[in-house]
Amino acid sequence: MVAMSKIATGNGHGENSPYFDGWKAYETNPFHPTERPEGVIQMGLAENQLCFNLIKNWLIKHPEASLCTPQGVDKFKETALFQDYHGMPEFRQAVAKFMGKVRGDRVKFDPDRIVMSGGATGAHEMVAFCLADPGEAFLVPTPYYPGFDRDLKWRTGVELVPVDCESCNNFKITRNALEAAYVKAQEANLRVKGLLITNPSNPLGTILDRDTLKSMVRFINDKNIHLIGDEIYAATVFMEPEFVSISEIIEEEDVECNRDLIHIVYSLSKDMGFPGFRVGIVYSYNDSVVSCARKMSSFGLVSSQTQHLIASMLSDDEFVDNFITESKELLFKRHKYFTWSLSQVGIGCLKGNSGLFIWMDLRKLLKEKTFAAEMELWRVIINEVKLNVSPGSSFHCEEPGWFRVCFANMDDHTMKVALLRIRTFVLKNNEAMVPLKLCRPSSLKISLSRSLSRRMDDFMSPGIMSPHSPLPQSPLVRART
Amino acid sequence: MAAISKIATGNGHGENSAYFDGWKAYEINPFHPTDRPDGVIQMGLAENQLCFDFIEKWLMEHPEASICTAEGVSKFKETALFQDYHGIPEFRQAVAKFMGKVRGDRVKFDPDRIVMSGGATGAHEMVAFCLADPGEAFLVPTPYYPGFDRDLRWRTGVELVPVVCDSANDFKITIDSLQSAYHKAQEANIKIKGLLITNPSNPLGTFMDKDTLKNIINFVNEKNIHLIGDEIYAATVFMEPEFVSISEVIEEVECNRDLIHIVYSLSKDMGFPGFRVGIVYSYNDTVTSCARKMSSFGLVSSQTQHLIATMLSNDEFIDNFVAESRERLFKRHKYFTWTLSQIGICSLKSNAGLFIWMDLRKLLKEKTFEAEMDLWRVIIDEVKLNVSPGSSFHCHEPGWFRVCFANMDNYTMEIALSRIRNFMVKNNETMVPPRNKLLRRTSLKLSLSRSLSRKMDDFIMSPSIMSPQSPLVQART
Repeated sequence: MVAMSKIATGNGHGENSPYFDGWKAYETNPFHPTERPEGVIQMGLAENQLCFNLIKNWLIKHPEASLCTPQGVDKFKETALFQDYHGMPEFRQAVAKFMGKVRGDRVKFDPDRIVMSGGATGAHEMVAFCLADPGEAFLVPTPYYPGFDRDLKWRTGVELVPVDCESCNNFKITRNALEAAYVKAQEANLRVKGLLITNPSNPLGTILDRDTLKSMVRFINDKNIHLIGDEIYAATVFMEPEFVSISEIIEEEDVECNRDLIHIVYSLSKDMGFPGFRVGIVYSYNDSVVSCARKMSSFGLVSSQTQHLIASMLSDDEFVDNFITESKELLFKRHKYFTWSLSQVGIGCLKGNSGLFIWMDLRKLLKEKTFAAEMELWRVIINEVKLNVSPGSSFHCEEPGWFRVCFANMDDHTMKVALLRIRTFVLKNNEAMVPLKLCRPSSLKISLSRSLSRRMDDFMSPGIMSPHSPLPQSPLVRART
Repeated sequence: MAAISKIATGNGHGENSAYFDGWKAYEINPFHPTDRPDGVIQMGLAENQLCFDFIEKWLMEHPEASICTAEGVSKFKETALFQDYHGIPEFRQAVAKFMGKVRGDRVKFDPDRIVMSGGATGAHEMVAFCLADPGEAFLVPTPYYPGFDRDLRWRTGVELVPVVCDSANDFKITIDSLQSAYHKAQEANIKIKGLLITNPSNPLGTFMDKDTLKNIINFVNEKNIHLIGDEIYAATVFMEPEFVSISEVIEEVECNRDLIHIVYSLSKDMGFPGFRVGIVYSYNDTVTSCARKMSSFGLVSSQTQHLIATMLSNDEFIDNFVAESRERLFKRHKYFTWTLSQIGICSLKSNAGLFIWMDLRKLLKEKTFEAEMDLWRVIIDEVKLNVSPGSSFHCHEPGWFRVCFANMDNYTMEIALSRIRNFMVKNNETMVPPRNKLLRRTSLKLSLSRSLSRKMDDFIMSPSIMSPQSPLVQART
């Protein structure tokens, strides 16, 4: 019997969470339009697949961005040898500039504070190692990304204490909830070292308003604990109101803040659609943390080949401006089509303006208000409807019945198939309830202007207008026709 | 005062080691042939810079290796989205094949056991996390790579217990020294979980013979502890005898394979430290599974996986590369060591690695580490070379220095040698035999065959500059 570590033999990797069961179902029988049209459609993966054409066009026009072209190969050797954990200066400058542009150039980021990590996964672990000792804790508002349980706790020994957020106020993070969680931690003898927020939120697809952000900044200053802002969905805000970053709040005159407490985690996985490139960033306003994190980054530096590519791409202002605008537009369109189609069959979701997913409200479809019922419903969705969605319980949601459904990781055809399956399922389960004038996906037309300000009605073509349909109604409500 | 972690405020990052002081001197005043001809020459960085022309030529012939070219862009999207910690199958297959080729195809590696990590740096930390709890320890033969202190200990809380090796027997790892270190740990109430060996050795530039490896395997089996073999210099063996890998020895002896793990990387063999291609190869299924999950913290960029998969699956290129690299390393090593011997500087006889283990014991004022530090500061400040003092490698005897030779072009190497020579002459003027003055670099010619078997004399062309003699030996003329 060979002894390994406790970390290796335990469950800290978090893969026993139901979050991953749907993945397994998908992997056994993945949807393919021609080869496996009855397969499971992956709606559990928050990927941004909408803008690759734009990127590919740019690549072909810019061969110098690659080290392997005649135009770029003279940089191959120096790049292949470059392992300095400070990172390539052009890379840091380009990322800092991109982060600024994503925030409408309302703040400037200092390239010397950009520290690399092995994706956002590595970034979170690195921040935990820098800020907390084993046994200490971070507060995390629920619902939150399941990966945090692994990233922040597994090898670090740090604990997570949930801050309960409720649907009755749209899952806002209240001062009361923060205080309650803090006290709960103290009673459990857990020393709270920081508060981790994800803004825009995964899984909610919403952003924090200015007042909430200010309230949080006051809270952490009062308690002298760190604030870690995961802003990896910053460029996916496709509709007003505009995104407000922690980096902006701390500049405001009426906000007093010890900047040594402020740290941002970023990545190109969601905003650019490059999860494979492992471009994780830790941006701290605390010099000691920057210095320590930089040394730790040796465990997960960004490949210099990728640094070179990203430096070239993100330093092209015209490309970046176009990309951000185009990405928002495509996300908006996809989001609107998706949510509107769902509302047509009486499925509502939390009103959101960002992210690559919706937070779907299926509470009324639960047999009873329990997580067991949520799991049952989820198994039906996977096995009968053949969609891999993520149950709210895997996000530590305190109320059963919510599901995260990703919409940006597939093409239009697949999305229509998914919507059709949902519709069919709802009809089958609620035949008497669905209004007859519901439209078929093939007749659905949407035309949109390029402005970011929209009302719900703007995109509906008059031919399928209906006084009853724009409002999301539960199929369980008695049909009006 | 914002409290951060103990890990963050402590010194576990290891950068207060003397190993890094020379780097700082170099960074302030780095050598450049035209801009800063009096700058410090970097000889403290074990990089392999000798084969880039070979690689660049291949790249031009294979645009499909990049996902940014017209030939490769059709793979851009799927690659950019690929974040599966199993890794791209073609990448794992290509790496497994390369590892086999580097070992003369005497063993086969299973692509399903290839697990990625953030360079060898990340690989070592990951293995420590998998095998040991905080407070537990690994045995490590000295001298060893200073980075281990950080990689294996910093964030893991694991300890390292040195296995003392002596120059008296060329720093070989003996059973006695292993047993002695093991008992010392037990007496200190430290639980030993494994033994970490670097083979070929950094900083020695030697590798272990089969008997030593078999002894080591018997030892770990007897103690039921893990064996971690860092083989990142495997392809830098430029002269016979041929490299023997742990992977080969376990096929010959009784061994519990659950104890065997290999750390690999492309940083040294290919010269790609920037690409962060670290590999953990374990014969233990549980470790493979756990490491694979942990690899999320340091996956290889899929863009780089794609490049490496294409490159390393090209058999002809690989065979040529491995042969060419060895040839160039051999030439460089021989020229360097022979020139040093001409001015009376010896080094440990070696046939691998990107450095030599230079013996300057006779230049120490006294046999202490303070004297070693004094000498080292002279080498940095006066000779203007950044070399690495043996103490930073936890060597138990003062006076040894690791000097890298593969990270510079021929011209820079000549300058470095010239500086060493001037320094030796200045310090030992009466001792250097006059006929050594015939040694001007312009008259030195070398011609070598492409065979791996060589005797020391083969490369010495001109009879008139024969005879390596220490300047401290009384001059014969």
